[in-house]
Amino acid sequence: MELVHKEEKELFDQFKDWYKNRHDYAKAWKERTGGKVMGYFCTYVPEEILYAANILPVRILGSHEPQDVTEPHIFAMFCPFCRDCLAQGLKGRFDYLDGIMIAQSCLHVRQAYTSWDIHIPTDYSYYLPHPMHVQSPHAIPYLREELVQFKTSIENWIGRTITDEDLRRGIELINMNRRLMKQVYELRKGINPPLTGLEAMYMVVSSQTTDKHDHNKALESLLQQLPSRNIGDPGERLMILGSEDDDTEFISMVEELGATFVTDDHCTGTRYFQKEVNPTGDPLTAIAERYVKRVPCPSKDWPQRTRLDHIVQMAKDYDAQGAILIQQKFCDPHELDIPIIKETLEKNGLSTLFLELDVTVPIGQFKTRVEAFLEIIREEDLF
Amino acid sequence: MSSTKYPTERLKCWGKAKSLRENYYKDFAEAHEKGGIRWAGGAWSFDAIPSGLGEDVWALTGEPYGATVAWNKEFATECQEAIETKGYARDLCSYMRNYWGSILLNKYAWPQFSEEFPKADFIWQDHICCSHSKWYQVASSLEGGIPMYSIDVSVGPYGELTDSRINYIVGQMHDGIKWLEKVTGREYDDELLINAVHNEFRSCHYWAAICALNKAIPAPLDEKSMYSLYVLGTLRKSAQWTADFYEKELYPEIKDRVERGIAAVGNEQCRVMTDTQPPWAFLKVFRYLEKYGCVSVGSLYTFSLIGLWEDQEDGSWGPRAIPDIEITNRDEALRALAEWNLSKPEWQHFYHPKLKSEMMIRIAREWKLNGVLLHFNRGCEGLSLGIAENRLAIQKAGFPVMPFEGNMGDEREFDITKTMTRIDAFMESLEFEKITE
Repeated sequence: MELVHKEEKELFDQFKDWYKNRHDYAKAWKERTGGKVMGYFCTYVPEEILYAANILPVRILGSHEPQDVTEPHIFAMFCPFCRDCLAQGLKGRFDYLDGIMIAQSCLHVRQAYTSWDIHIPTDYSYYLPHPMHVQSPHAIPYLREELVQFKTSIENWIGRTITDEDLRRGIELINMNRRLMKQVYELRKGINPPLTGLEAMYMVVSSQTTDKHDHNKALESLLQQLPSRNIGDPGERLMILGSEDDDTEFISMVEELGATFVTDDHCTGTRYFQKEVNPTGDPLTAIAERYVKRVPCPSKDWPQRTRLDHIVQMAKDYDAQGAILIQQKFCDPHELDIPIIKETLEKNGLSTLFLELDVTVPIGQFKTRVEAFLEIIREEDLF
Repeated sequence: MSSTKYPTERLKCWGKAKSLRENYYKDFAEAHEKGGIRWAGGAWSFDAIPSGLGEDVWALTGEPYGATVAWNKEFATECQEAIETKGYARDLCSYMRNYWGSILLNKYAWPQFSEEFPKADFIWQDHICCSHSKWYQVASSLEGGIPMYSIDVSVGPYGELTDSRINYIVGQMHDGIKWLEKVTGREYDDELLINAVHNEFRSCHYWAAICALNKAIPAPLDEKSMYSLYVLGTLRKSAQWTADFYEKELYPEIKDRVERGIAAVGNEQCRVMTDTQPPWAFLKVFRYLEKYGCVSVGSLYTFSLIGLWEDQEDGSWGPRAIPDIEITNRDEALRALAEWNLSKPEWQHFYHPKLKSEMMIRIAREWKLNGVLLHFNRGCEGLSLGIAENRLAIQKAGFPVMPFEGNMGDEREFDITKTMTRIDAFMESLEFEKITE
């Protein structure tokens, strides 16, 4: 089979630029609008409420560079992502933030937030308790009350009331963003997906750092052109799943070997935009329902393992031939799910490759392993 | 000539504590022979609740079990290697890996009571650490699908408690009782629940009261001994035998030791505390400290894994008073239980390290410490959470800190020689010399 080398096309340059220059974007946004910027850790943060308050939410991500500034603050057995995030704060790269917040999820990223809270002066800081037992019927009413408190806190900070109308505006804006990205992902189910996994990653991750008004316009424009785009034979159709992953270098390396990522289960991918907020009824209840019922982070996926069926179905829907299971080193929630996911996917006929991410990726070693993995898939095609 | 400056005595109730612990593991193993029920779950689970199923209900709490395995280095390694072959990472909670390995090998850490690992009838867990519910999710599947229930208690720090947060927990508890009735086919007895809640109040209060007595100079207890005593609260804090032992035997004996000036370490000249679980296979570290006349008087971990604390009238830190309330029905019992547990000091740092630093500095001051030994424990992400920030805060408060890296349950990650050398250097920096070789 011919390996297809796919150049990034202009179509996704805007998303790539927003991702690569996210700090410049946020600073310019702030200057242009005079608004506040909120740095957030973890995608359980209800951005709807922030948009309702005209605050720009910017996800705090790492820079994938070796660093030595977090050692005094976070024990080295915690994941490299949380340390990389904190490093950005300690190095002053988010000096434009007006506030920081976290919605409770894993212990690891929580430490990036708390150390940031201690050492980096910020005007506003909020820890949003968030149900871990999302399968409990009590989770939605509990989260709703937490959202009430959070909304009040934001109102006190910005000095004005957030109305239900404001909330509905926030909900509609983000729902639109989710809907548009979902439409793009639908195109990846085709025989010849019109975009690469790298492009999809730029699209979703940039959504986490860019004003959704701008992002939605770019998505609408993209969707006009994308269906007719042909980038050739996708090669092996892969899915990628695991912990936080915005390692574009890794995605690019794999796709340069002739395969294409057709979908993912990442918080920088489908977990971020699947499931919309119900636009009718009480807005805070609807927001709470969305964050309780979204595809969960493994830290919240208990006692039943709901992710398994979801992942298997996604592999079928996107006709994936193989899956790369990738996790941040030391990421306990994913480490606790990966063995059963691997076993389940293999029972369903998918080849799997497990890799651990660190702040920087050993591209040479990973390339050798991915090449071997793709060869296995190709041999299966032969027989 | 002896350099001992304080009198020492063996604990009179030591043998009783040992036999209570052994009976606990024996009862669990033999529960089915007696027509009883077995459940498994964490040491922080609301163990008072399954008590309502009857008096023939026995538990196996995972963390003390994992520690028991860890103490047996050969068995622990066998367990860890067994689970690693199933694809589980070796950086996961080492108690959890020891527990899972025991299931996989079908070996009980107490072979005198059962050669095989006794399978629980159901799992009853709570959740504040990422590994809590996932631990038993995996355990359930390794054992062929044991029914599991878990209660999320991670609702934020006690100081910010709201009705909604309590209601979330109590709602899960009520659902859990219905679930218990369904999976066991038994009718639930609220009187047994209420008794268990009162027992838990007593256990948590008196354990803290015992630890508070260690403010005395010389300290009547050393931390190595405390490990064998606090464990009863981690096995079954709501049992009458635990509450009675703490209230009627251990507390009076330690009080008496303080009054008579009986020391745990006869040549006490230096007082430290530790943090997090110790490397169980290497408790000789504590004996090594004694060569310097150094006693570890405890830790936030030993004091408050089970003990509950509050400000006393004189401004000091002491045991949380036993609630002076009449509990008349299930809902009142569950609310009291939830509220009581949410004040647990060891639950606070899950939201911010500053909450833990404040308590540790308070201990350092009130227990009159010379320094602090922090175990950067690779085996427990929950209790190591924020430990690096705790180190900075304690140092800033003026207390010398010696961090040492290890693992509570995986001896492959602990370097005893380097740790001893580090202790030598730390003691030298504190200007203490060895008293005995």
